[in-house]
Amino acid sequence: MIGRRGPQNGKRALEFPDVGESDEPLLVVENLHTSFRTGRGTVHAVDGVSLTVAAGTTLGIVGESGSGKTVLARSIMGLLPVRDVIKSGTVHFAGHDLTAMEPDQLREIWGAELSMIFQDPMTALNPVKRIGIQITESLRLHLDMDRKEADATAVELLRSVGIPSPEQRVRWYPFQLSGGMRQRVMIAIALACAPRLIMADEPTTGLDVTVQAQILDLLGKLQRERHMAVILVTHDLGVVADRADEIVVMYAGRVVERAPTRTLFAETHMPYTRALMESIPRLADPSGTRLQAIPGRPPDLIHPPKGCRFAPRCAFAQDKCRESDPPLRTAGSPDHLFACWFPLVHGTSTAPSASASASAAGDTTIDPGPVVQSP
Amino acid sequence: MTKYFIKRFLQLVVVAFIISVLVFLLVHLLPGDPSVTILGPNDTAHNRAILFKQLGLNKPLLQQYTTWLNAVFHGNLGQSYLNHESVTHIVATGAPIDIELIVISQVIAFAVAIPLALITSRRPNRAFDNVSTTTTFGLLALPPFVIAPIMVAVFAVSLHWFPATGYVPLTQDPATNLHDMILPSLAITAGSIAVYYRLLRSDLISTLQEDFITMARSKGLSNRRIMLRHAFRPSTFSLLAAAGVNIGALLAGTFIVEYLFALSGLGYSLVQAVQQRDYLVVQGISLVVAIAYVVLQFIIDFLFTVVDPRVVRE
Ligand SMILES: Nc1ncnc2c1ncn2[C@@H]1O[C@H](COP(=O)(O)OP(=O)(O)OP(=O)(O)O)[C@@H](O)[C@H]1O
Ligand code: SF4
Ligand SMILES: [Mg+2]
Repeated sequence: MIGRRGPQNGKRALEFPDVGESDEPLLVVENLHTSFRTGRGTVHAVDGVSLTVAAGTTLGIVGESGSGKTVLARSIMGLLPVRDVIKSGTVHFAGHDLTAMEPDQLREIWGAELSMIFQDPMTALNPVKRIGIQITESLRLHLDMDRKEADATAVELLRSVGIPSPEQRVRWYPFQLSGGMRQRVMIAIALACAPRLIMADEPTTGLDVTVQAQILDLLGKLQRERHMAVILVTHDLGVVADRADEIVVMYAGRVVERAPTRTLFAETHMPYTRALMESIPRLADPSGTRLQAIPGRPPDLIHPPKGCRFAPRCAFAQDKCRESDPPLRTAGSPDHLFACWFPLVHGTSTAPSASASASAAGDTTIDPGPVVQSP
Repeated sequence: MTKYFIKRFLQLVVVAFIISVLVFLLVHLLPGDPSVTILGPNDTAHNRAILFKQLGLNKPLLQQYTTWLNAVFHGNLGQSYLNHESVTHIVATGAPIDIELIVISQVIAFAVAIPLALITSRRPNRAFDNVSTTTTFGLLALPPFVIAPIMVAVFAVSLHWFPATGYVPLTQDPATNLHDMILPSLAITAGSIAVYYRLLRSDLISTLQEDFITMARSKGLSNRRIMLRHAFRPSTFSLLAAAGVNIGALLAGTFIVEYLFALSGLGYSLVQAVQQRDYLVVQGISLVVAIAYVVLQFIIDFLFTVVDPRVVRE
């Protein structure tokens, strides 16, 4: 019953070609810009991001706090308010341009084909509604189920996300559940209508390490079973290291490196990406510790610095870096993009005076092995 | 849940008991001879003797209290020593007027404030919101004693739509009664609309910032469903608390309107009794109003548990 598509005679106005019918990737984002008009000036939160996600695969979006991950995720979905937000670029999802859609059309896709898991399960569930209703409302809306059918499906969904005695739990309120259980409920809600893409914005950040792994493994298992694509947003490269097919690294609203996961770890080009790798929390660390491994702070998004935005914090910065903006480019493998004038090659900077800086920065070889988070 | 209600109910009983003691002592703790307090210094010795006998003023205080309470339980709230009118009768004729004023004014207040807040909070600071918010701010600056004469002048004297004064009980002639009660109710409702609208609007605006609203949107729910099913209920705490205080204040606080429209409701009778030092009437009405206030708060507490399931836990 779960995973069943809408009624054949459906009231759904939009046509969705089945996966496999088209060679197009499921999601194609091109040159997306999102800015906020504020009293202090315009905040360029997302600044020309392009990415693709193929059906059934996982894309990791990684970056420090404030790098624009949440704004990017919500811009892709079209969930940002219209007021004081300036958007440009296109988002093609299953062949439809979401950026050109009317709100009514978007609402047909939201929850049905494209759904979202939020960062904080404490605040993202309605505190005064039973969890059952929070699941069934999208079933009834998108799949035209009657109450009985929806109730039964909700119980099955709760069971599939590992909630014990789901028959009773459907009648519970969020405050009666632990953080991990609430996040499972959120996953159940996101899964309810068997979407093709789930946008998971830091789905485990507030949870402790063991629960974190359980939730991510659950998400991965359900994803494989249902052939869903997932965008996994996190500030922790370790979380996506063994879960994502491809990783996009964001800095100050831009993509600074993008590569298949294995390539990214084996052949890191951006100094920022490497700094992120060095800040992956180990299992031994107490939960919730935010590593401040990268010295300095992200740039002001109202007046971003000239040249490479990472230059003020980069150990390998040269005059050229402070003068002009490095474009996103490839070298060698075509699916590995990076924005750096002096990329690291085999862990060593190609900057002219790199030997001095590199030795000052400590070891220059990257060994992804030990830092990859164990399941 | 049941435990919660039993607990609340026991509290209600205790508070009612304390109120009865205080109201009883109202007459007896005033300095001097209670008979002088009640009858005034110039009454005859004969009347004084009757009063002593009726109230048992020569008996111990505790016995006087139990006698009084027993009478109250039998529906006898005492009588006025100015005109010998039974207090029970004053309450029986006055209370329906207050209840009707409160019910009509509050129904109108909610019926205006809630939809208005639901509409304006979705787009705060747009034209419609600014007009509504400014207008209700104006309403706040217009207390009933200002609004009522203006309404009488406009709708009763000039337009003759409504009578200026007068009262026919609801049971006697419902249509006339409602017609008569509309102006006085409207005079009261203005302030309530302003308070309810502003509280609900600001709570809705902050609820709409919550993650669970974005979550609801991401499910593809319609704006209407999001406002009514997701945003409204969690935004009603301040509204409910304010309604409790506001209705409580109206229980005997409608006297100005009652005075202006010549309605002899409880509030008006109470103020009149205080002015005339008719202490037994004051005592009887105070008891009824205070108990009504406590029951009202009990109902409000119950509504809190309906609105937010977490309340029962705490
Ligand atoms: N509504 C808004 N108005 C103005 N600026 C905003 C708004 N929303 C986000 N921003 C800014 O956009 C930038 C990116 O924010 P975003 O929340 O996307 O970061 P993030 O990468 O998700 O960080 P975190 O890891 O803390 O969630 C931040 O500088 C933030 O201050
Ligand atoms: S372009 Fe220069 S400053 Fe920027 S990351 Fe590369 S080396 Fe560092
Ligand atoms: Mg975020």
